[in-house]
Amino acid sequence: MKKRVVITGLGIVAPNGIGLTDFEAALRAGTSGIRFFPKLEALKFSCQIGGKPQLSQEKIDTYLSSLQQRNFNANGILYGIIAGMDALKDANIKPADPEAEPLWDFGIIFGTGTSGVDKFREAIYQVDEKNVRRLGSTTVIQTMSSGISAYLGGMIGAGNRVTTNSAACATGTEALLLGYEHIASGQASQMLCGSCSDDGPYLWGGFDAMRVTTWKHNDQSEQASRPLSASASGFVPSSGAGAYLLESLESAEARGATIYGEVLGGAINNGGQRLGGSMTAPNNTAVQKCISKALENSKVTASEIDYINGHLTATIKDPVEIQNWCEALQRSGTQFPYINSLKGMIGHGLAASGSMEIVATLLQLKHNFIFPNVNAEDLHPEIENQVDSNRIPQKTIETPLKTVAKASFGFGDVNACVIFRKI
Amino acid sequence: MTTERIYAKLLPIIQNYLPEDVSPDEVDPDKDLTRELNINSAHLVDVVLDVEDAFDVEFANDDMESLRTVNDAITIIQNKLKENQ
Repeated sequence: MKKRVVITGLGIVAPNGIGLTDFEAALRAGTSGIRFFPKLEALKFSCQIGGKPQLSQEKIDTYLSSLQQRNFNANGILYGIIAGMDALKDANIKPADPEAEPLWDFGIIFGTGTSGVDKFREAIYQVDEKNVRRLGSTTVIQTMSSGISAYLGGMIGAGNRVTTNSAACATGTEALLLGYEHIASGQASQMLCGSCSDDGPYLWGGFDAMRVTTWKHNDQSEQASRPLSASASGFVPSSGAGAYLLESLESAEARGATIYGEVLGGAINNGGQRLGGSMTAPNNTAVQKCISKALENSKVTASEIDYINGHLTATIKDPVEIQNWCEALQRSGTQFPYINSLKGMIGHGLAASGSMEIVATLLQLKHNFIFPNVNAEDLHPEIENQVDSNRIPQKTIETPLKTVAKASFGFGDVNACVIFRKI
Repeated sequence: MTTERIYAKLLPIIQNYLPEDVSPDEVDPDKDLTRELNINSAHLVDVVLDVEDAFDVEFANDDMESLRTVNDAITIIQNKLKENQ
């Protein structure tokens, strides 16, 4: 018998808000987290804007000691630590005592795309200068992919499975589903899941070179990220971290935890880079199968979905994603669920996108609202043909939500879809 | 440079790497850096890098091997400074 799994804690470090209170206020107000970066201009980037969480030194000092901050230069890990420890605190779970046994039933699956890109750059310069001996002791832990789960594992004293997953832009959604399966199969009672991403020119440069980011809005950053819009011209790179504490329903009930929602189930698949899919483009059949399978695994019918948190990156693929949802759910026009994209406010957080969007999804589910699709005032005609514009809110609406879907799609033709329900 | 002056310059460097449960007052010249002061052994390489910067010296691999106590560090630094002269 599968265990039921619920979410009992959230943490968020987003370009438009740090912590649940500020982030929810930003969601409701449609606050942009996109800014112009003079450094990107100086480096001759086409896209000179991006999203980066605004963290004060005072805030950082409450999570990392001065010793831990010495020679530390890994933004993604920093964001992940803050989001992860905040989710733990929100769930009212205490780390293991330093002298005691680890928490054997507590695991971590915290994903990332790259780790410590800026630290790696420092190290490369040192090595090329024949100064390898000057790399110090923390280059490895900051640049290893599992750096974030290793940092969190030690701070919390996690004694169950502690690892990092990586599935491009589907990383955060995949992390949640991997944690869900681990608890559902009875192998842990609590799993801290989420994802984080570095930021800056050395990570964003590759996307700039691919011409998948927008170059048309360098002087109007807040209007730059335009999911669902006819004038969408590419995504805006961004960063941050989202975290969720997954827990068996019985464990959550036994300790009287606050429950954001139940993870009914989901699906992860791959388009195999076949049937129109490629390293960078989705196989639509696979996307639709992933959504259908998520419903089936969750024992939910398509008609029950009240709201979709889309992947919707603000590229020419947005109409295709809408079409995939219409086909998979067999719903369109006024019968389509409400849908929105967080990327209009904060851009595309890459490996962190799925987790920041899941936190946004769960806040909406818990508090019964739908945040506005900013910069979608000129809906793409191919989208408007398929979905009634009332289903794509431009302003925050208060509406009861019961069953919601979140999907993420990424390079490598990866897909992940999860279904949540209020209980 | 006198032993006292070296120690005065070395002390704050070592204190930076003490774990939270070891008081800065516990450092004295005879203490073993990892076993008594509980400095994470991985951090010894960072202590050495900071010492190199502060004293403008360079530790060799065998210097690292002979580094156990605060006094060892002082001796190594003194020898390096003599070599530099």
